[in-house]
Amino acid sequence: MLLHDTALIYGRYLRQSLRSRFALLFGVLMPLLYLLFFGPLLTDLPLGGQGSSWQVLVPGLLLQLGLFGASFAGFAIIIEKGHGVVERMRVTPVSRLALLLGRVLRDATVFVFQAVLLVLAALVMGLRAPLAGVLIGFAFVALLTVSLAALSYALAMRIETPQGFGPAVNALAMPSMLLSGLMLPMTLGPAWLDVLSHLMPFRYLVDAVRDAYVGAYATAHMLYGALVAVGFALLAVTVGTRVFRTAGA
Amino acid sequence: MAIISTAGLARTFRTKTGPVDAVRGIDLTVREGEILGFLGPNGAGKTTTLRMLTTLLAPTGGAATVAGHDLATDPAGVRRACGYVAQSGGVDPQITVREELVTQGRLYRLTRARAAERAEELARDLGLTGLLDRKCAALSGGQRRRLDIAMALTHRPAVLFLDEPTTGLDPGSRADLWDLVRRLRDEHGTTVFLTTHYLDEADALADRLVVVDGGVVVAEGTPSALKLEYGGSIDASLQDTFLAITGRSASPADAAPVAV
Repeated sequence: MLLHDTALIYGRYLRQSLRSRFALLFGVLMPLLYLLFFGPLLTDLPLGGQGSSWQVLVPGLLLQLGLFGASFAGFAIIIEKGHGVVERMRVTPVSRLALLLGRVLRDATVFVFQAVLLVLAALVMGLRAPLAGVLIGFAFVALLTVSLAALSYALAMRIETPQGFGPAVNALAMPSMLLSGLMLPMTLGPAWLDVLSHLMPFRYLVDAVRDAYVGAYATAHMLYGALVAVGFALLAVTVGTRVFRTAGA
Repeated sequence: MAIISTAGLARTFRTKTGPVDAVRGIDLTVREGEILGFLGPNGAGKTTTLRMLTTLLAPTGGAATVAGHDLATDPAGVRRACGYVAQSGGVDPQITVREELVTQGRLYRLTRARAAERAEELARDLGLTGLLDRKCAALSGGQRRRLDIAMALTHRPAVLFLDEPTTGLDPGSRADLWDLVRRLRDEHGTTVFLTTHYLDEADALADRLVVVDGGVVVAEGTPSALKLEYGGSIDASLQDTFLAITGRSASPADAAPVAV
Protein backbone atom coordinates (compact mmCIF):
# COMPACT_ATOMS: atom_id res chain seq x y z
CA MET A 1 0.00 0.00 0.00
CA LEU A 2 2.85 2.37 0.83
CA LEU A 3 4.35 1.67 -2.58
CA HIS A 4 1.00 2.12 -4.37
CA ASP A 5 0.25 5.35 -2.55
CA THR A 6 3.76 6.75 -2.99
CA ALA A 7 3.64 6.04 -6.72
CA LEU A 8 0.24 7.74 -6.93
CA ILE A 9 1.36 10.89 -5.10
CA TYR A 10 4.64 10.92 -7.04
CA GLY A 11 2.74 10.78 -10.33
CA ARG A 12 0.37 13.55 -9.33
CA TYR A 13 3.17 15.95 -8.45
CA LEU A 14 5.45 14.95 -11.30
CA ARG A 15 2.62 15.83 -13.71
CA GLN A 16 2.33 19.13 -11.85
CA SER A 17 6.04 19.81 -12.45
CA LEU A 18 5.76 18.85 -16.12
CA ARG A 19 2.88 21.26 -16.58
CA SER A 20 5.13 24.16 -15.61
CA ARG A 21 8.11 23.52 -17.88
CA PHE A 22 9.27 27.09 -17.42
CA ALA A 23 9.69 26.64 -13.67
CA LEU A 24 11.46 23.35 -14.36
CA LEU A 25 14.17 25.16 -16.35
CA PHE A 26 14.14 28.32 -14.26
CA GLY A 27 15.42 26.42 -11.23
CA VAL A 28 18.73 25.76 -12.95
CA LEU A 29 19.24 29.44 -13.84
CA MET A 30 21.06 30.59 -10.69
CA PRO A 31 23.76 27.87 -10.72
CA LEU A 32 24.03 28.31 -14.49
CA LEU A 33 24.78 32.01 -14.03
CA TYR A 34 27.49 31.13 -11.50
CA LEU A 35 28.87 28.65 -13.99
CA LEU A 36 28.99 31.22 -16.82
CA PHE A 37 30.07 34.37 -15.01
CA PHE A 38 31.87 33.10 -11.90
CA GLY A 39 33.43 29.87 -13.17
CA PRO A 40 35.85 31.52 -15.64
CA LEU A 41 37.30 33.67 -12.81
CA LEU A 42 38.63 30.57 -11.10
CA THR A 43 40.39 28.84 -13.99
CA ASP A 44 43.86 30.17 -13.20
CA LEU A 45 43.56 30.46 -9.42
CA PRO A 46 45.33 28.01 -7.12
CA LEU A 47 42.44 26.25 -5.34
CA GLY A 48 44.53 23.54 -3.63
CA GLY A 49 43.33 20.03 -4.38
CA GLN A 50 43.66 18.11 -7.61
CA GLY A 51 42.05 18.66 -10.96
CA SER A 52 40.84 21.79 -12.67
CA SER A 53 38.85 24.61 -11.14
CA TRP A 54 35.72 23.17 -12.80
CA GLN A 55 36.12 19.96 -10.78
CA VAL A 56 36.00 22.14 -7.66
CA LEU A 57 33.22 24.51 -8.69
CA VAL A 58 30.69 22.18 -10.36
CA PRO A 59 30.22 19.91 -7.30
CA GLY A 60 29.53 23.03 -5.25
CA LEU A 61 27.02 24.36 -7.77
CA LEU A 62 25.23 20.98 -7.87
CA LEU A 63 24.71 21.08 -4.13
CA GLN A 64 23.76 24.75 -4.28
CA LEU A 65 21.04 23.77 -6.75
CA GLY A 66 19.72 21.20 -4.28
CA LEU A 67 20.15 23.47 -1.27
CA PHE A 68 18.21 26.43 -2.63
CA GLY A 69 15.68 24.51 -4.69
CA ALA A 70 14.67 21.86 -2.18
CA SER A 71 14.57 24.17 0.84
CA PHE A 72 11.77 26.11 -0.79
CA ALA A 73 9.77 23.00 -1.75
CA GLY A 74 7.43 23.67 1.17
CA PHE A 75 5.93 26.70 -0.56
CA ALA A 76 3.89 24.36 -2.73
CA ILE A 77 2.30 22.72 0.29
CA ILE A 78 1.39 26.07 1.84
CA ILE A 79 -0.54 26.88 -1.33
CA GLU A 80 -2.16 23.44 -1.32
CA LYS A 81 -3.16 23.81 2.32
CA GLY A 82 -4.95 26.99 1.31
CA HIS A 83 -6.91 25.09 -1.34
CA GLY A 84 -7.80 22.38 1.17
CA VAL A 85 -6.03 19.72 -0.91
CA VAL A 86 -3.88 18.48 1.95
CA GLU A 87 -6.85 17.91 4.27
CA ARG A 88 -8.88 16.32 1.51
CA MET A 89 -6.10 13.76 1.06
CA ARG A 90 -5.66 13.25 4.78
CA VAL A 91 -9.28 12.11 5.22
CA THR A 92 -8.72 9.32 2.69
CA PRO A 93 -7.00 6.08 3.78
CA VAL A 94 -3.81 7.11 1.92
CA SER A 95 -0.58 6.38 3.78
CA ARG A 96 0.66 9.49 5.55
CA LEU A 97 4.26 8.54 4.77
CA ALA A 98 3.34 8.32 1.07
CA LEU A 99 2.01 11.89 1.14
CA LEU A 100 5.53 12.96 2.08
CA LEU A 101 7.58 10.42 0.10
CA GLY A 102 5.69 10.94 -3.15
CA ARG A 103 6.41 14.66 -3.03
CA VAL A 104 10.00 14.26 -1.91
CA LEU A 105 10.80 11.73 -4.65
CA ARG A 106 9.27 14.07 -7.22
CA ASP A 107 11.61 16.79 -5.98
CA ALA A 108 14.60 14.44 -6.19
CA THR A 109 13.64 13.64 -9.81
CA VAL A 110 13.32 17.28 -10.76
CA PHE A 111 16.62 18.30 -9.17
CA VAL A 112 18.57 15.41 -10.64
CA PHE A 113 17.18 16.43 -14.03
CA GLN A 114 18.33 20.00 -13.43
CA ALA A 115 21.70 18.70 -12.22
CA VAL A 116 22.13 16.83 -15.51
CA LEU A 117 21.45 20.06 -17.43
CA LEU A 118 23.99 21.88 -15.28
CA VAL A 119 26.68 19.23 -15.82
CA LEU A 120 26.05 19.27 -19.58
CA ALA A 121 26.55 23.04 -19.57
CA ALA A 122 29.69 22.60 -17.48
CA LEU A 123 31.07 20.10 -20.01
CA VAL A 124 30.74 22.79 -22.66
CA MET A 125 32.51 25.28 -20.36
CA GLY A 126 35.45 22.92 -19.93
CA LEU A 127 34.63 20.45 -17.15
CA ARG A 128 36.26 17.05 -17.55
CA ALA A 129 35.40 14.44 -14.89
CA PRO A 130 35.05 10.64 -14.74
CA LEU A 131 31.52 9.34 -15.47
CA ALA A 132 31.38 7.34 -12.22
CA GLY A 133 32.26 10.48 -10.28
CA VAL A 134 29.56 12.47 -12.04
CA LEU A 135 26.98 9.77 -11.25
CA ILE A 136 28.04 9.75 -7.60
CA GLY A 137 27.51 13.51 -7.64
CA PHE A 138 23.92 13.02 -8.82
CA ALA A 139 23.33 10.51 -6.02
CA PHE A 140 24.45 13.11 -3.48
CA VAL A 141 22.18 15.74 -5.05
CA ALA A 142 19.27 13.29 -4.80
CA LEU A 143 19.96 12.53 -1.13
CA LEU A 144 20.37 16.20 -0.26
CA THR A 145 17.13 17.05 -2.07
CA VAL A 146 15.23 14.32 -0.23
CA SER A 147 16.51 15.58 3.12
CA LEU A 148 15.91 19.27 2.58
CA ALA A 149 12.56 18.87 0.84
CA ALA A 150 11.30 16.64 3.68
CA LEU A 151 12.33 19.25 6.26
CA SER A 152 10.87 22.04 4.14
CA TYR A 153 7.51 20.26 3.87
CA ALA A 154 7.54 19.57 7.61
CA LEU A 155 8.17 23.25 8.36
CA ALA A 156 5.52 24.33 5.86
CA MET A 157 2.93 22.00 7.42
CA ARG A 158 3.54 23.64 10.78
CA ILE A 159 3.59 27.21 9.55
CA GLU A 160 0.35 29.16 9.18
CA THR A 161 1.37 32.03 6.94
CA PRO A 162 3.44 31.90 3.74
CA GLN A 163 4.91 35.31 4.58
CA GLY A 164 7.06 33.81 7.33
CA PHE A 165 8.23 30.84 5.31
CA GLY A 166 10.47 32.46 2.67
CA PRO A 167 12.54 34.64 5.01
CA ALA A 168 12.93 31.77 7.50
CA VAL A 169 14.21 29.40 4.83
CA ASN A 170 16.47 32.03 3.28
CA ALA A 171 17.95 32.83 6.68
CA LEU A 172 18.96 29.17 6.98
CA ALA A 173 19.99 28.53 3.37
CA MET A 174 22.34 31.51 2.86
CA PRO A 175 24.74 30.83 5.78
CA SER A 176 24.56 27.12 4.95
CA MET A 177 25.77 27.86 1.44
CA LEU A 178 28.54 30.22 2.54
CA LEU A 179 29.76 28.03 5.39
CA SER A 180 29.82 24.78 3.41
CA GLY A 181 32.33 26.04 0.89
CA LEU A 182 30.05 25.43 -2.05
CA MET A 183 31.69 28.18 -4.10
CA LEU A 184 35.33 27.79 -3.01
CA PRO A 185 37.01 25.18 -0.84
CA MET A 186 36.98 26.14 2.82
CA THR A 187 40.60 24.97 3.15
CA LEU A 188 41.57 28.24 1.43
CA GLY A 189 40.30 30.24 4.39
CA PRO A 190 41.58 30.85 7.92
CA ALA A 191 41.46 27.96 10.37
CA TRP A 192 38.44 29.27 12.35
CA LEU A 193 36.30 29.38 9.22
CA ASP A 194 37.38 25.88 8.25
CA VAL A 195 36.50 24.60 11.74
CA LEU A 196 33.14 26.39 11.69
CA SER A 197 32.28 24.91 8.31
CA HIS A 198 32.75 21.39 9.68
CA LEU A 199 29.64 22.03 11.78
CA MET A 200 27.65 22.26 8.54
CA PRO A 201 26.46 18.91 7.23
CA PHE A 202 26.72 20.13 3.62
CA ARG A 203 30.48 20.59 4.00
CA TYR A 204 30.90 16.80 4.09
CA LEU A 205 28.73 16.36 1.03
CA VAL A 206 30.61 18.86 -1.08
CA ASP A 207 33.99 17.42 -0.06
CA ALA A 208 32.79 13.97 -1.07
CA VAL A 209 31.49 15.11 -4.47
CA ARG A 210 34.76 17.02 -5.16
CA ASP A 211 36.66 13.80 -4.50
CA ALA A 212 34.30 11.92 -6.79
CA TYR A 213 34.88 14.47 -9.57
CA VAL A 214 38.64 13.80 -9.51
CA GLY A 215 38.10 10.03 -9.46
CA ALA A 216 39.09 9.50 -5.81
CA TYR A 217 36.38 7.18 -4.50
CA ALA A 218 37.93 5.40 -1.51
CA THR A 219 38.67 8.43 0.65
CA ALA A 220 37.78 9.58 4.13
CA HIS A 221 35.85 12.46 2.57
CA MET A 222 33.70 10.01 0.63
CA LEU A 223 33.01 7.93 3.72
CA TYR A 224 32.01 10.91 5.86
CA GLY A 225 30.05 12.44 3.02
CA ALA A 226 28.03 9.26 2.46
CA LEU A 227 27.41 8.79 6.19
CA VAL A 228 26.27 12.37 6.66
CA ALA A 229 24.09 12.35 3.53
CA VAL A 230 22.33 9.09 4.43
CA GLY A 231 22.03 9.97 8.12
CA PHE A 232 20.62 13.42 7.33
CA ALA A 233 18.12 11.93 4.88
CA LEU A 234 16.92 9.37 7.46
CA LEU A 235 16.59 12.04 10.13
CA ALA A 236 14.75 14.43 7.82
CA VAL A 237 12.28 11.82 6.54
CA THR A 238 11.61 10.70 10.12
CA VAL A 239 10.88 14.26 11.20
CA GLY A 240 8.75 14.82 8.10
CA THR A 241 6.72 11.65 8.60
CA ARG A 242 6.08 12.53 12.22
CA VAL A 243 4.74 15.94 11.21
CA PHE A 244 2.59 14.48 8.39
CA ARG A 245 1.13 11.91 10.81
CA THR A 246 0.15 14.33 13.50
CA ALA A 247 -0.30 17.62 11.65
CA GLY A 248 -3.49 19.11 12.92
CA ALA A 249 -3.79 22.84 12.57
CA MET B 1 -29.54 3.10 15.53
CA ALA B 2 -26.73 5.56 16.13
CA ILE B 3 -24.16 5.84 13.38
CA ILE B 4 -22.21 8.56 15.17
CA SER B 5 -21.97 8.87 18.91
CA THR B 6 -19.65 11.04 20.93
CA ALA B 7 -19.08 11.32 24.67
CA GLY B 8 -17.32 14.32 26.12
CA LEU B 9 -15.44 14.90 22.87
CA ALA B 10 -13.06 17.78 23.55
CA ARG B 11 -10.20 19.65 21.98
CA THR B 12 -7.91 22.13 23.66
CA PHE B 13 -5.41 24.07 21.54
CA ARG B 14 -2.16 25.20 23.09
CA THR B 15 -1.43 28.74 22.00
CA LYS B 16 1.15 31.36 22.94
CA THR B 17 -1.40 33.09 25.15
CA GLY B 18 -2.36 29.90 26.98
CA PRO B 19 -4.71 26.98 26.32
CA VAL B 20 -7.89 27.58 24.30
CA ASP B 21 -10.78 25.16 24.79
CA ALA B 22 -12.26 25.11 21.29
CA VAL B 23 -14.50 22.16 22.12
CA ARG B 24 -15.24 21.50 25.79
CA GLY B 25 -17.20 18.28 25.70
CA ILE B 26 -19.62 17.35 22.96
CA ASP B 27 -22.18 14.60 23.59
CA LEU B 28 -24.33 13.77 20.62
CA THR B 29 -25.75 10.87 18.66
CA VAL B 30 -26.69 10.80 15.00
CA ARG B 31 -29.06 8.15 13.70
CA GLU B 32 -28.42 6.24 10.53
CA GLY B 33 -29.92 7.94 7.47
CA GLU B 34 -30.49 11.19 9.31
CA ILE B 35 -29.70 14.68 8.02
CA LEU B 36 -28.29 16.46 11.02
CA GLY B 37 -27.88 20.23 11.11
CA PHE B 38 -25.00 21.28 13.33
CA LEU B 39 -25.49 24.92 14.21
CA GLY B 40 -23.70 27.46 16.33
CA PRO B 41 -22.25 30.96 16.23
CA ASN B 42 -18.78 31.60 14.79
CA GLY B 43 -16.14 30.10 17.05
CA ALA B 44 -18.59 27.70 18.72
CA GLY B 45 -16.41 24.71 17.80
CA LYS B 46 -18.33 23.37 14.80
CA THR B 47 -15.41 22.97 12.43
CA THR B 48 -13.14 21.65 15.20
CA THR B 49 -15.74 18.99 16.01
CA LEU B 50 -16.03 18.05 12.33
CA ARG B 51 -12.26 17.83 11.98
CA MET B 52 -12.10 15.52 14.98
CA LEU B 53 -14.89 13.27 13.69
CA THR B 54 -13.10 12.95 10.34
CA THR B 55 -9.71 12.06 11.95
CA LEU B 56 -8.03 15.28 10.84
CA LEU B 57 -7.52 16.43 14.40
CA ALA B 58 -6.87 14.25 17.44
CA PRO B 59 -9.26 14.91 20.35
CA THR B 60 -7.67 15.90 23.65
CA GLY B 61 -10.54 14.35 25.58
CA GLY B 62 -13.59 12.13 25.28
CA ALA B 63 -14.42 9.42 22.77
CA ALA B 64 -16.44 8.90 19.61
CA THR B 65 -17.45 6.16 17.21
CA VAL B 66 -18.31 6.74 13.56
CA ALA B 67 -20.05 3.93 11.66
CA GLY B 68 -18.93 1.44 14.28
CA HIS B 69 -15.28 2.49 14.22
CA ASP B 70 -13.65 3.99 17.27
CA LEU B 71 -12.06 7.34 16.49
CA ALA B 72 -9.02 6.76 18.70
CA THR B 73 -8.24 3.11 17.96
CA ASP B 74 -9.47 2.70 14.37
CA PRO B 75 -9.01 5.98 12.48
CA ALA B 76 -8.47 4.02 9.24
CA GLY B 77 -11.92 2.47 9.62
CA VAL B 78 -13.44 5.91 10.19
CA ARG B 79 -11.72 7.21 7.06
CA ARG B 80 -13.15 4.40 4.95
CA ALA B 81 -16.64 5.07 6.28
CA CYS B 82 -16.86 8.82 5.92
CA GLY B 83 -16.56 11.55 3.34
CA TYR B 84 -15.72 15.15 4.20
CA VAL B 85 -16.18 18.41 2.33
CA ALA B 86 -14.29 21.25 4.00
CA GLN B 87 -15.40 24.88 3.79
CA SER B 88 -12.56 25.57 1.39
CA GLY B 89 -13.29 22.50 -0.73
CA GLY B 90 -10.19 20.57 -1.68
CA VAL B 91 -9.26 20.53 -5.35
CA ASP B 92 -6.22 21.92 -7.13
CA PRO B 93 -7.38 24.64 -9.54
CA GLN B 94 -4.71 23.71 -12.09
CA ILE B 95 -5.85 20.09 -12.45
CA THR B 96 -8.74 18.83 -14.57
CA VAL B 97 -11.95 17.60 -12.98
CA ARG B 98 -11.32 14.12 -14.39
CA GLU B 99 -7.80 13.90 -12.98
CA GLU B 100 -8.99 14.97 -9.52
CA LEU B 101 -11.82 12.43 -9.52
CA VAL B 102 -9.60 9.60 -10.76
CA THR B 103 -6.84 10.42 -8.28
CA GLN B 104 -9.40 10.47 -5.49
CA GLY B 105 -10.58 7.01 -6.55
CA ARG B 106 -6.99 5.79 -6.54
CA LEU B 107 -6.48 7.28 -3.06
CA TYR B 108 -9.39 5.08 -1.98
CA ARG B 109 -7.46 2.16 -3.50
CA LEU B 110 -9.65 1.61 -6.58
CA THR B 111 -7.85 0.08 -9.56
CA ARG B 112 -6.96 2.42 -12.40
CA ALA B 113 -9.84 1.14 -14.57
CA ARG B 114 -12.34 1.23 -11.72
CA ALA B 115 -11.28 4.73 -10.72
CA ALA B 116 -11.81 5.96 -14.29
CA GLU B 117 -15.28 4.36 -14.33
CA ARG B 118 -16.14 5.78 -10.94
CA ALA B 119 -15.16 9.27 -12.12
CA GLU B 120 -17.64 8.95 -14.99
CA GLU B 121 -20.37 7.66 -12.66
CA LEU B 122 -19.87 10.49 -10.20
CA ALA B 123 -19.81 13.05 -12.98
CA ARG B 124 -23.10 11.67 -14.28
CA ASP B 125 -24.72 11.64 -10.82
CA LEU B 126 -23.63 15.17 -10.00
CA GLY B 127 -24.09 16.84 -13.36
CA LEU B 128 -20.41 17.26 -14.14
CA THR B 129 -20.20 15.12 -17.28
CA GLY B 130 -19.57 17.95 -19.71
CA LEU B 131 -16.97 19.45 -17.39
CA LEU B 132 -14.69 16.45 -16.91
CA ASP B 133 -11.88 17.81 -19.05
CA ARG B 134 -12.01 21.35 -17.69
CA LYS B 135 -9.60 22.64 -15.11
CA CYS B 136 -11.14 23.00 -11.66
CA ALA B 137 -10.34 26.73 -11.80
CA ALA B 138 -12.78 27.09 -14.71
CA LEU B 139 -15.81 25.83 -12.73
CA SER B 140 -18.52 28.08 -11.30
CA GLY B 141 -19.12 28.16 -7.55
CA GLY B 142 -22.01 25.71 -7.77
CA GLN B 143 -20.08 23.34 -10.05
CA ARG B 144 -17.08 23.49 -7.72
CA ARG B 145 -19.27 22.50 -4.78
CA ARG B 146 -20.74 19.59 -6.71
CA LEU B 147 -17.21 18.48 -7.57
CA ASP B 148 -16.15 18.74 -3.90
CA ILE B 149 -19.11 16.55 -2.97
CA ALA B 150 -18.40 14.10 -5.78
CA MET B 151 -14.85 13.75 -4.43
CA ALA B 152 -16.23 12.97 -0.97
CA LEU B 153 -18.66 10.38 -2.38
CA THR B 154 -15.99 8.46 -4.29
CA HIS B 155 -16.04 5.47 -1.91
CA ARG B 156 -19.83 5.60 -1.21
CA PRO B 157 -19.37 6.60 2.42
CA ALA B 158 -21.99 5.81 5.04
CA VAL B 159 -21.57 9.28 6.55
CA LEU B 160 -21.02 12.53 4.70
CA PHE B 161 -19.72 15.57 6.60
CA LEU B 162 -20.38 18.92 4.95
CA ASP B 163 -18.89 22.07 6.44
CA GLU B 164 -20.97 25.08 5.37
CA PRO B 165 -21.66 23.56 1.95
CA THR B 166 -23.71 26.41 0.51
CA THR B 167 -21.72 29.42 1.70
CA GLY B 168 -21.17 31.71 -1.27
CA LEU B 169 -23.61 29.94 -3.61
CA ASP B 170 -26.42 31.67 -5.50
CA PRO B 171 -30.02 30.73 -4.57
CA GLY B 172 -30.41 28.36 -7.53
CA SER B 173 -27.22 26.48 -6.71
CA ARG B 174 -28.25 26.29 -3.05
CA ALA B 175 -31.59 24.73 -3.97
CA ASP B 176 -29.79 22.23 -6.25
CA LEU B 177 -27.47 21.32 -3.41
CA TRP B 178 -30.35 20.79 -1.00
CA ASP B 179 -31.97 18.45 -3.53
CA LEU B 180 -28.69 16.61 -3.90
CA VAL B 181 -28.35 16.10 -0.14
CA ARG B 182 -31.94 14.82 0.13
CA ARG B 183 -31.40 12.51 -2.82
CA LEU B 184 -28.25 11.05 -1.26
CA ARG B 185 -30.17 10.19 1.87
CA ASP B 186 -33.24 8.88 0.06
CA GLU B 187 -31.41 6.82 -2.57
CA HIS B 188 -28.34 5.64 -0.70
CA GLY B 189 -29.33 6.01 2.95
CA THR B 190 -26.32 8.26 3.47
CA THR B 191 -26.19 9.97 6.84
CA VAL B 192 -25.44 13.66 6.36
CA PHE B 193 -23.86 15.78 9.07
CA LEU B 194 -23.78 19.41 7.97
CA THR B 195 -22.88 22.72 9.53
CA THR B 196 -24.47 25.89 8.32
CA HIS B 197 -25.06 29.50 9.22
CA TYR B 198 -28.18 29.68 7.07
CA LEU B 199 -31.12 28.94 9.30
CA ASP B 200 -33.50 28.57 6.36
CA GLU B 201 -31.17 25.84 5.14
CA ALA B 202 -31.25 24.08 8.51
CA ASP B 203 -35.02 24.44 8.61
CA ALA B 204 -35.54 23.10 5.11
CA LEU B 205 -33.00 20.32 5.12
CA ALA B 206 -32.28 18.95 8.57
CA ASP B 207 -34.32 16.27 10.33
CA ARG B 208 -32.78 17.27 13.59
CA LEU B 209 -30.64 20.13 14.84
CA VAL B 210 -27.80 20.22 17.32
CA VAL B 211 -26.87 23.69 18.51
CA VAL B 212 -23.41 24.24 19.99
CA ASP B 213 -22.12 27.29 21.76
CA GLY B 214 -18.87 27.78 23.65
CA GLY B 215 -17.76 24.25 22.75
CA VAL B 216 -20.73 22.37 24.26
CA VAL B 217 -24.14 21.26 22.99
CA VAL B 218 -26.72 23.76 24.24
CA ALA B 219 -29.83 22.43 22.54
CA GLU B 220 -30.99 19.65 20.26
CA GLY B 221 -34.18 18.43 18.69
CA THR B 222 -36.28 18.71 15.56
CA PRO B 223 -36.59 22.26 14.20
CA SER B 224 -40.22 22.47 15.36
CA ALA B 225 -39.48 21.12 18.84
CA LEU B 226 -36.73 23.71 19.27
CA LYS B 227 -39.02 26.49 18.05
CA LEU B 228 -41.66 25.44 20.55
CA GLU B 229 -39.25 25.13 23.43
CA TYR B 230 -37.03 28.15 22.89
CA GLY B 231 -38.91 30.36 20.44
CA GLY B 232 -42.14 30.14 22.42
CA SER B 233 -44.27 28.88 19.51
CA ILE B 234 -44.13 26.36 16.69
CA ASP B 235 -44.51 29.32 14.36
CA ALA B 236 -41.47 31.13 15.74
CA SER B 237 -38.73 31.71 13.19
CA LEU B 238 -35.67 29.56 13.53
CA GLN B 239 -33.69 32.80 13.61
CA ASP B 240 -35.39 33.91 16.85
CA THR B 241 -35.12 30.41 18.27
CA PHE B 242 -31.40 30.32 17.51
CA LEU B 243 -30.84 33.72 19.09
CA ALA B 244 -32.80 32.67 22.19
CA ILE B 245 -30.70 29.51 22.53
CA THR B 246 -27.33 31.17 22.09
CA GLY B 247 -28.25 34.35 23.96
CA ARG B 248 -27.04 36.52 21.11
CA SER B 249 -30.26 38.42 20.68
CA ALA B 250 -30.01 41.87 19.18
CA SER B 251 -32.22 43.22 21.97
CA PRO B 252 -32.08 40.92 24.99
CA ALA B 253 -35.45 40.71 26.78
CA ASP B 254 -33.88 41.27 30.18
CA ALA B 255 -31.75 44.25 29.22
CA ALA B 256 -32.09 47.23 31.47
CA PRO B 257 -33.47 50.32 29.73
CA VAL B 258 -30.67 52.58 28.65
CA ALA B 259 -30.78 56.09 29.98
CA VAL B 260 -30.16 58.62 27.28
